[in-house]
Amino acid sequence: MSPFPPNLLSMDDLDAEGIAQVLEVADSFVEVGRRANPKVPALRGRTVATLFFEDSTRTRMSFETAAKRMSADVLSFAAGSSSLKKGESLRDTVETIEAIGIDAVIIRHASSGVPARVAGWVDHCAVINAGDGWHQHPTQALLDLYTVRQSLGGGDEGIARFEGLQVAIVGDIRHSRVARSQVTAYAALGADVTLVAPATLLPPSLEGWPVTSVSHRLDDVLEKSDVVSLLRVQSERGSGAFVPSLREYTAGFGLTARRAAMLQPDAVILHPGPIVRGVEIASDVAELPGSLITEQVSNGVAVRMAVLFLLLGQGSVGGAHRD
Amino acid sequence: MAERERSHTRPRGAVFVPRAQVMSATDVHRAVTRMAHEIAERNRGLDRVVLVGLQTGGVSIAEQLAATLAEVEGATIPVGTLDVAFYRDDIGLRPVLPEAATDIGFDLTGTTVVLVDDVLFTGRTIRAALNALGEYGRAQVVELAVMVDRGHRELPIRPDYVGKNLPTRRDEMVDVSADGVSLGELMSK
Repeated sequence: MSPFPPNLLSMDDLDAEGIAQVLEVADSFVEVGRRANPKVPALRGRTVATLFFEDSTRTRMSFETAAKRMSADVLSFAAGSSSLKKGESLRDTVETIEAIGIDAVIIRHASSGVPARVAGWVDHCAVINAGDGWHQHPTQALLDLYTVRQSLGGGDEGIARFEGLQVAIVGDIRHSRVARSQVTAYAALGADVTLVAPATLLPPSLEGWPVTSVSHRLDDVLEKSDVVSLLRVQSERGSGAFVPSLREYTAGFGLTARRAAMLQPDAVILHPGPIVRGVEIASDVAELPGSLITEQVSNGVAVRMAVLFLLLGQGSVGGAHRD
Repeated sequence: MAERERSHTRPRGAVFVPRAQVMSATDVHRAVTRMAHEIAERNRGLDRVVLVGLQTGGVSIAEQLAATLAEVEGATIPVGTLDVAFYRDDIGLRPVLPEAATDIGFDLTGTTVVLVDDVLFTGRTIRAALNALGEYGRAQVVELAVMVDRGHRELPIRPDYVGKNLPTRRDEMVDVSADGVSLGELMSK
């Protein structure tokens, strides 16, 4: 088995074998999560810091819960109340954090590539990308894969069934780091990915994207899809300017109850959250029987525990300099 | 060292090269039968006895013990499996990975747990298992059954039921499978 990479910056860091390893280890953490006391001593004595330069509810809480359930200490860094306000550079902030003795930093930033830059500045610290600009959000893609694998029966058989699986990624793909991670992740396991979006919300070029097809009509794609993965229209990144109106977007690309009825009975619906009801998804999510959105959130903790354990528990990064 | 640990410590590309078979498949079967009788003798009636096999080497032995106990005592003994990776004391010193998720579908409170593993070596796996077991309830008694006790303990742990005591060198490797027990070495390819 190839060694786990020292950092998780992009889905490109993991091949099919690495993905399978994360999902398998996550199975053990799902079991831990079901216990009366869902805590194990695996990362006792390790310290993990979350550096979020951008708003987040679920990702930050998910990572912090994951670290705490493995008995790691968690430091939560809020950019707004830090020395960055006094003019300290990102690099100096990161080097300070490493000098304090942190074993892993989990970074979210509005600019693409920041986690990769940070990884180049630190020696003893694992770096996890929790979302950078339009670039990547690898743990989101991994938890999507975990959730789909679960719906396919779990285990190695579940992974094998990704081969030829029809996956539709619907929405604001242009501005979506989630989509970029998902496309790589699904393709690594052999799934056929169709991007569904108005032309304005597709990336300027699809060169190098391992997708099977592109469609501008959701109605054409639904019937053949095994997985429908929705994305939010990212108004904070100016998506609003790329569609005539949100109502028009919903008319063409929203997964309404009417459209959900076109899906195969065993098709599943994913959404990375936060969902905007009445725009990309029906106002009443209960109208969508194949929705796994809640499962995604709870699986997210187990998958992030697996990533942290594989990065910090293997005697490479983190532990190495303590010997 | 148990199969579970060996797969973690094995240097990339190294293979187990058997030198001598120390127990045949029949010997293992006889040892299971004897240990089952000993378990039944010590825990009269097998009331509240449960078996917990350690992932992965102990699982099949636990199942064989349960099958034998069902045969000779007519008792249905619950069998669980336990993975101890997250409780090991060498996380961060060498690669540690769970082999399979724990599956204990019953409350251990008040029970007599017989932990089952293939090979007892340093005792560190059993130390981790005792900590992990606590998450599933407070057992009244915990006992230990192993197919092979190869010595070299690093902790004050001793087995209650032993298939075979096997003197070994530290650098040797013990392999327990359906075909029997072999002693050998790890060789790099």
